[in-house]
Amino acid sequence: MSEHQFVRKEMLPEQAPPASEVGVIGWMRANLFSGWFNSILTILSLLFIYYILSGIFPWTFQSVWNAGSLSECREIAQATWGESHGHACWAVIKDRWLQLLYGFYPPYPYAPDATVGNPPADAWLPSYFRPNLALVLLFVALAPVLFGHVSRKLLIVSAAYPFLMPWLMWGGSIWVPLSAAFGFIILFGVLKYGPSVMGSLVSVIVAVLAALAWWLVLSGYVTPILADIMPIALPEVQSREFGGFMLAVLLGVVAIGLSLPIGVVLALGRQSDLLIVKSLCVGFIETIRGVPLITLLFVASVLLNYFLPPGTDFDIIVRVMIMVTIFASAYNAEVVRGGLAALPKGQYEGADSLGLNYWQAQRLIIMPQALKIAIPGIVSTFIGVFKDTTLVSIIGLLDPIGLSQGIRSNAEWNGIYWELFAFIAVLFFIFCFGMSRYSMWLERKLQTGHR
Amino acid sequence: MTTYTDPPKESFRLSMLLYDTRYRSMTIQIVALMGFMLLAAWLISNTIQNLAALGKPIEFGFFTEAAGYDINQTLIEYDNQDSHLRASFIGLLNTLVVAVLGCVTATIVGVLIGVLRLSKNWLVARIMTVYVEMFRNVPLLLWILLAMAILIESLPQPSAFRGEDPAATMKIFDSVAITNRGVYVPEPLFSRSLGEIHLFGQSSFRMDVSVDLIAIILVLGLSIFAVRKVTARAERIQNATGLRPTTWYINLGLIVVPLALLLAALGFHFGYPALKGFNFQGGTHLRNSLIALWLALSLYTAAFVAEIVRGGILAISHGQTEAASALGLRPQRIMRLVVLPQALRVIIPPLISQYLNLTKNSSLAIAVGYMDITGTLGGITMNQTGRELECVLLLMLVYLIISLIISAVMNWYNNRVKLVER
Repeated sequence: MSEHQFVRKEMLPEQAPPASEVGVIGWMRANLFSGWFNSILTILSLLFIYYILSGIFPWTFQSVWNAGSLSECREIAQATWGESHGHACWAVIKDRWLQLLYGFYPPYPYAPDATVGNPPADAWLPSYFRPNLALVLLFVALAPVLFGHVSRKLLIVSAAYPFLMPWLMWGGSIWVPLSAAFGFIILFGVLKYGPSVMGSLVSVIVAVLAALAWWLVLSGYVTPILADIMPIALPEVQSREFGGFMLAVLLGVVAIGLSLPIGVVLALGRQSDLLIVKSLCVGFIETIRGVPLITLLFVASVLLNYFLPPGTDFDIIVRVMIMVTIFASAYNAEVVRGGLAALPKGQYEGADSLGLNYWQAQRLIIMPQALKIAIPGIVSTFIGVFKDTTLVSIIGLLDPIGLSQGIRSNAEWNGIYWELFAFIAVLFFIFCFGMSRYSMWLERKLQTGHR
Repeated sequence: MTTYTDPPKESFRLSMLLYDTRYRSMTIQIVALMGFMLLAAWLISNTIQNLAALGKPIEFGFFTEAAGYDINQTLIEYDNQDSHLRASFIGLLNTLVVAVLGCVTATIVGVLIGVLRLSKNWLVARIMTVYVEMFRNVPLLLWILLAMAILIESLPQPSAFRGEDPAATMKIFDSVAITNRGVYVPEPLFSRSLGEIHLFGQSSFRMDVSVDLIAIILVLGLSIFAVRKVTARAERIQNATGLRPTTWYINLGLIVVPLALLLAALGFHFGYPALKGFNFQGGTHLRNSLIALWLALSLYTAAFVAEIVRGGILAISHGQTEAASALGLRPQRIMRLVVLPQALRVIIPPLISQYLNLTKNSSLAIAVGYMDITGTLGGITMNQTGRELECVLLLMLVYLIISLIISAVMNWYNNRVKLVER
């Protein structure tokens, strides 16, 4: 055995990792400068970011907020900063933001000449509070659906919202939406308590007939009497005065709210074994999905009146709502069908073996799971529909884009593009990005760990 | 001896239509069909009544009348004395042009961005995320209008190119002029042209097809056929001996030499745009409306394509890559032979629907005045003739047919690359 053997007897103390491997430097080495190619990419990216930001930041922040016209804006910018670069003229937004948000929604409907700056003597709040309240109530109404942990009592708001929202937006007597709601109360009342008195089939027929009788005949007599006794009403606003971002949100909310149930029904029809029902649904869905929304809007603006009985004439916004809803339904139907198809067959068989009938199985077993799978698709359909509401500017409605063209055709703001586009883009971005983040959150929350 | 008895023969009662599952589905279907037919009959009778009241029976005679309006960007010749049918046909070709251009660009940009979004470089991945979120969450119409505004407002006027010390110069060796009236690019010309074939006589669908173009396509097709033969032979040799003969110079020669000979024989040269008077003359003029629409459509759709590509690549399990490198494949071949073929199967179905969306979204051309089928048939023709019903229904039918053709073709391709499952 050699004498010069060396055996270490004690452990060496642990050393800190080298500075180049941890902390900021380590992170940068790993993520930004790993290898020459990545380093070049990083430097190019930094240059690109600098180039973009050095263009946008001075334009955005060295900007004019107080001016009456674009030329005045340019004079102020010239006087303040000299001939340096472009300067945003946010004065146009300051001047027209109410219009961009609400269109020509009258601030004081009973005093047509009044403006926000010049309210009538007995003015209370500008009527803009009505769409605002409708938006706030929308979130309250959606809360039980969106977030599981809020009080179930809020469901009353959800049930009332479809009647409350039109009343807030269009105004008129409160008895009109109340009587419409009463028809539904009749319908559900008879459906719930009818079967114990008469047969279930008879009670369905009686419920539908009673509700129809109320809506079509009786309410016509009762509502004016009630309105005379208790005249609670909001000043009326015509649909043609709707516009701006409010119109986009209104169209989006109506189309989204109505299209989901219709889409579910269409998807069930497409998945069903009944040949005729199936082919009707397939034909409808494929036809609507095969044509661009703009052609459907043409149908709304020029053709829908041909299809309805002579003399029917309801306004363009309602017609557009119908067509956008039809459009969104077809897309939702396909998304929901995807969810239904992705569900393992065992779930259907399990539901059958429990002895549930078709609708019970759908309600308790199939739909909760299928809709959960379909959530990302449904939300991206919603985002798509919301973005597509801008197309109504092509048929002459005054959504934000339509209004921006109107503002540009004014003498004062002739030639202003970027500020208006930026404002509209930011508004849409906030809504759409919020929706997509919400869907991600919901997906994580509903994740039950099957996959 | 066993006897079995038939279940007691029930007499058919009317209530069985509803309560007996054997008949109920029949009842539901018949009720649905009757409801549908009633609805259709109601709509049609309303339409007939309304049209009769207006004195506008459904007829398509207006299509043969002179259109009387100009279309500034056309693929084949057209003048305003041509019929409405020809104007619509030109519009259809314009739709197809922008759809094809858009699909190609969107795919290229989208794949690039989707791959870069997976980059290990943190900064690059973040920039691409910003791109995707920015384009996905803002309406397409806004992007189209913005692109149009940028082209019109921020590009130099043709007059800026004039003079000793011009404010603007032509790009790429003085061959491309980018102005606020559109982009002028060199056009291919043939001094010893083979002429043109006139198709479809004097009908509204007549078009002149250049024989030169056909010859070029033919030669290219033959070259590609030869290249495939060479590659197949190399493949055979590799399988037999394990050594792959070098083929790239043969392939390059097979493509380049016949084409160069043909082009020389035809006297191929470029016609360059040049400033004459107030505007550029010569070259091919791509109008702002086409470029804005093309740019906005492809960048917008690219954001969606990028997400599809990213999802497709992420869907391939890491074990595939690891197994491939365990087999000794180089990274490039892993990508080409293992990851991409599998990712394509995930990517293609949603990609089809993006192509369809792009084609349908090209109808927004009407916002910038590009005369596609919506601008001609659903725009000026409809307004001039007042035939809303015929025009809009025909427009929808055309889009429906385009959509069906695209999805048929892409589904055929999808079936070809699909994994053969048991």
